[in-house]
Amino acid sequence: MSEELLDQVTQADYKYGFTTDIETDIIPIGLSEEVVRLISKKKNEPEWMLEFRLKAYRHWTTMKMPEWAHLNIPQIDYQSIAYYAAPRKNAPQSLDEVDPELIKTFDKLGISLEEQKMLSGVAVDVVMDSVSVKTTFKEKLNEMGIIFCSFSEAVENHPELVKQYMGSVVPYTDNFFATLNCAVFSDGSFVYIPKGVRCPMELSTYFRINAINTGQFERTLIVADEDSYVSYLEGCTAPMRDENQLHAAIVEIIAMKNAEVKYSTVQNWYPGDKNGVGGIYNFVTKRGICKGDNSKISWTQVETGSAVTWKYPSCILLGDNSSAEFYSVAVTNHHQQADTGTKMLHIGKNTKSHILSKGISAGVSQNSYRGLVRINKAADNARNFSQCDSLLLGDKCGAHTFPYMEVYNDSAMVEHEATTSKINEDQIFYCNQRGISTEDAVGLIVNGYAKEVLNQLPMEFAVEAQKLLQITLEGSVG
Amino acid sequence: MEQQYIDLYKEQQANVKMHSASPLNDLRDGSFALFERIGFPTIKLENYKYSDLKEPLSADYGLNINRIPIPVNPYEVFKCDVPGIKSFLYFVVNDGFYPVSDPRNNALPEGVIVGSLKEVGKSHPDLIARYLGKLSAKKEDGLVAFNGAFAQDGFFMYVPKNVVLDRPVQLVNIMRSDVDFMANSHNLVILEEGAKAQLLVCDHTVDDVKFLCNRVTEVFVGENATYEHYKLENTNTKTTNLSTLLMQQLASSTVLANVITLHNGITRNTIEIALDGQHCETTLCGMVIGDKNQKVDNFTSILHNQPNCNSKELFKYVLDDMSVGGFTGKLFVAKDAQKTAAFQTNRNILLSKMARMNTKPQLEIYADDVKCSHGATVGQLDEIAKFYLQSRGISEKEARLLLMFAFTNDVIENIRIEALQDRIKLLVEKRLRGELSKCEGCVICQ
Repeated sequence: MSEELLDQVTQADYKYGFTTDIETDIIPIGLSEEVVRLISKKKNEPEWMLEFRLKAYRHWTTMKMPEWAHLNIPQIDYQSIAYYAAPRKNAPQSLDEVDPELIKTFDKLGISLEEQKMLSGVAVDVVMDSVSVKTTFKEKLNEMGIIFCSFSEAVENHPELVKQYMGSVVPYTDNFFATLNCAVFSDGSFVYIPKGVRCPMELSTYFRINAINTGQFERTLIVADEDSYVSYLEGCTAPMRDENQLHAAIVEIIAMKNAEVKYSTVQNWYPGDKNGVGGIYNFVTKRGICKGDNSKISWTQVETGSAVTWKYPSCILLGDNSSAEFYSVAVTNHHQQADTGTKMLHIGKNTKSHILSKGISAGVSQNSYRGLVRINKAADNARNFSQCDSLLLGDKCGAHTFPYMEVYNDSAMVEHEATTSKINEDQIFYCNQRGISTEDAVGLIVNGYAKEVLNQLPMEFAVEAQKLLQITLEGSVG
Repeated sequence: MEQQYIDLYKEQQANVKMHSASPLNDLRDGSFALFERIGFPTIKLENYKYSDLKEPLSADYGLNINRIPIPVNPYEVFKCDVPGIKSFLYFVVNDGFYPVSDPRNNALPEGVIVGSLKEVGKSHPDLIARYLGKLSAKKEDGLVAFNGAFAQDGFFMYVPKNVVLDRPVQLVNIMRSDVDFMANSHNLVILEEGAKAQLLVCDHTVDDVKFLCNRVTEVFVGENATYEHYKLENTNTKTTNLSTLLMQQLASSTVLANVITLHNGITRNTIEIALDGQHCETTLCGMVIGDKNQKVDNFTSILHNQPNCNSKELFKYVLDDMSVGGFTGKLFVAKDAQKTAAFQTNRNILLSKMARMNTKPQLEIYADDVKCSHGATVGQLDEIAKFYLQSRGISEKEARLLLMFAFTNDVIENIRIEALQDRIKLLVEKRLRGELSKCEGCVICQ
């Protein structure tokens, strides 16, 4: 039974695999100082931005790709990648001006822009390849003083904010992929919530990688000023393709005093076909800082895609009484590899962090949780609770846990627990007894297993995430 | 740092070999070549992330390459017997097996061989050749390689098929020197099919100088055999105790290993247990009581290479003053090692502002039909429990002691030699009261 079901799943094609014909503007492949200058020039950037990029590029040339992760990554030739692609047409002013092809793409995905706009009240900043093409609800947000725009616009219109916060959480020297991003980042989103403002809607960006052979290097910066609140969503589906694509993004979050930022993401990049050919390499640096007292950052992620995932959304708990949460579901199938987790650095007093990670591996995939909890000397009464569970579906996959706990303060309470198991035969049998097919039973059990995390997602996302889990895994257990 | 030893070896290798147990010489050049290539481990290596050995390794130690006899009779100076324990007692002074045997040891069952590698190497070369280095030679580890290059002797124990030792074998490592001293030794323990034995290893120092002990112990546990390994570390604060315990279990064997670190300067215990047969049972426990500047790192791995094995791991740390604890618990489940059940727990208490704990439980699992879990906590004594005790008229100090003692008790309960268990209870209690910095009853220590 298991063989058959396993085959069914492993042979299932990527449901969201299609390519949209949108003209793209690509610069020659390879990376050099010239290319960095060219990117900057194409984006009409000011001098200081170019300087930042060049500084990062020069530093990058001295760095080596990290090898510590539990991943088997083929040699990446950084000189055979195109570092910039933008839709040719100028950014449209209204929905009518948006490329009909793009609308169609979203229709296929069931996330049509109109629907989003009308029904859910979500402001969508669509990143198609690398340049933002469409921003909705801007005016409404403007009234409240909220800035939600593409990164390039922010550089142009709010240089003082960008200058102040960019690189303050993830410095350009941070790590190999972050430095690369600093040198060549294409575009991304910028969010600024002013003092005392509670953002009335969920801010959302949908990404699609769309040009063949194009690395995508987003950069997102979210600043929540004192007493503010924002919930930010990011989701992505990518079309099928053969060549590996490199994706190295940076997300920086800054929460000032009493501010709260909730960041949710559903990641469904193309994972490669069942033989492990193709698929996206996802090397992301995400980090938030609870800068002010009583601030809060919450990361929620559902990782179902990518051939290789290297991603550790982290929090620096600097302000007293600040708190951070990390909720994650990572699913790997076929030849996918994921090394993901979080870092919680407790610096302020009475800081709290909570980690909940659920890994599900199937096929011949490898799924690792890697997390660090560090309680610094001055972080009195810090509290951490971590739980990471792994579920194995199939006897050829692997599930690994690498938690690091470094406690330098005696008033800290740090707890970690992890379990690894497979779906209980009894549970499946119980469902079968009640007329539920094995396939549905697995879906049911997996969804139940991931429920704690899915519950953290905003409504629209929770539905999509549940569907994704089902698509990726149905029946892959015997 | 490495260079002085590389030079020393090149210059003295003839002497080293001449005074060594001959089976160790077969592996020596290979070990040296490996050491020359990788050197001593640094904190840059993932496996040594929490063991900074730079300082202890760069000190200038004497090495007794020419095996000059040490004028000490351990039977006279060492009265650290656990009262009531009936054991077969052996000594290793510094890095050499002490040749005089106790008449009590004549009661060893027939066929059992206990002695020095050097002597047994002469009488049973085949036996040693079959096992020696089978676990250690393939380790890419600087300390093991260094040991391989310089170890000249060690303890040897062989228990033949179906022989049951009714008393534990006690091995006392005594460090005795007037100058800072380094000892390397290689121990080998073999249990044949169905054999049963208990080994108690105690580490002691006699002089107040800097010691560095680098010991490698290989243990082979045959099918259906039962082996218990107890290690009690209680030395002076200038001692750096580096020990590597490599164990292989064959089908249906049972192993209990219990490593208790009461007092050392710097401790690094590497413990690796490979389950190479089905239906193995493994229990690995440990306890650390650290204070002052002590640094203790236990790096453990349990490798489930075959299906249907069970393992349990429990480590507890109580850290006071400026002590630093490190724990790594690696659980590896190989592909197709189905029906594995592996559980690991690490609990730690920090008693002072300056104490630190680094813990890294780690699961690496490649089979699906397994039940594996690990839990790690770092915290303090339960205030509510303490208040409860105080409200019943127990002083705060006593209440703290009671709670700490209860905390360590489940490790102590895993000692299956009754006399030893009682003794360790007493030692731990004294240690927690801060009364004990040296082993009680020892003439020299006092």
